[in-house]
Amino acid sequence: MKWQIDSDRPVYKQLIEQTEQAIVSGIFSPGERLPSVRDLAAEAGVNPNTMQRALAELERSGILYSQRTSGRFITDDEEMIDKLRYQKAEEDARTFFDNMKKLDLSADEIARLLRAIFEEDKDEKSASNE
Amino acid sequence: MRRVRAMNSTADLLKCEDLTKKFGKDTALDNISFSLDPGHIVGLLGPNGAGKTTLIKMAAGLLTPTSGAILIDGDAPGVYSKGIVSYLPERTYLNESMTPDQTIKFFSDFYEDFDPERAGEMMESLNVNRTKPVKNLSKGTKEKLQLILVMSRKARLYLLDEPIGGVDPAARDYILNTILQNYEEDATVIISTHLIADVEQILDEVLFLQDGKLILQESVDTIREERGLSVDETFREVFRC
Repeated sequence: MKWQIDSDRPVYKQLIEQTEQAIVSGIFSPGERLPSVRDLAAEAGVNPNTMQRALAELERSGILYSQRTSGRFITDDEEMIDKLRYQKAEEDARTFFDNMKKLDLSADEIARLLRAIFEEDKDEKSASNE
Repeated sequence: MRRVRAMNSTADLLKCEDLTKKFGKDTALDNISFSLDPGHIVGLLGPNGAGKTTLIKMAAGLLTPTSGAILIDGDAPGVYSKGIVSYLPERTYLNESMTPDQTIKFFSDFYEDFDPERAGEMMESLNVNRTKPVKNLSKGTKEKLQLILVMSRKARLYLLDEPIGGVDPAARDYILNTILQNYEEDATVIISTHLIADVEQILDEVLFLQDGKLILQESVDTIREERGLSVDETFREVFRC
């Protein structure tokens, strides 16, 4: 997977977010075995200790689980993944909403804008499917 | 002897106690105390003349303390420490008339923990010409060769003094990745550099030196969390001219 580490926030937090993102967007499937800490760290270009810390945190939250001998796995609890997906969507929606408020847009205007973008996206999809 | 040492392996890999180094009237290192655990990649950062190279040379056993102590795995630098420390000096020390292949052979004979296969692989990936004498290699290629040799040892402590200064950005990425993949899990790597932005992702801890004093020892994520700044930005703020 593709990792993108910004310079001004703790690396382990970014690793957590991006791993969660990869899980909810299906890059990692439920029950899938994760590569080793070392390989993941090399792939992301980060320190293995930092990657270890991120994975340990994800384990605590239950999104990952480890089996003593065979490694670390994505949870196969799809309900939990759905919950995570919704949680992420809500976070993004809040950020979006805050930004719109800064632009002084009313709730109606925001809704109209979103609907327009939604329609546009639908048209593009159906156009590319033809 | 080895077995007795192994019991030390969870203790501080590098420990400085009130370490001071003077050159005549000049104080290069002023009463420094810190310790490093095994298994970390540590950035040794500071402006020019802060004492980074002096500290590294003392850990490598090339300079002796004026007062205080520096201990590698519990011992003062000496025969034992040289067996577990892999040191990349700021200047090249290779025999200019030998080819890289001959240099690999030389290192294999010299260091018990040297892995010639690993060195060969890295040379292929970094396009180091293996049959030309070292003196005919470019400055950047010589640097690559030196770093390859240093990282091909299975050492406990790697001391890298300005390892990426002269190489191009693509090679820099490869080298940083090489460091990540090749250091043993219980080894510690100390990297002194000015190119903080390039290395900070792979660091987990930094030491800031200024005028021979240790002014900060902190984990990279703590710096980012508490200051909301990258290590590079923190450096620019702390050492603003």
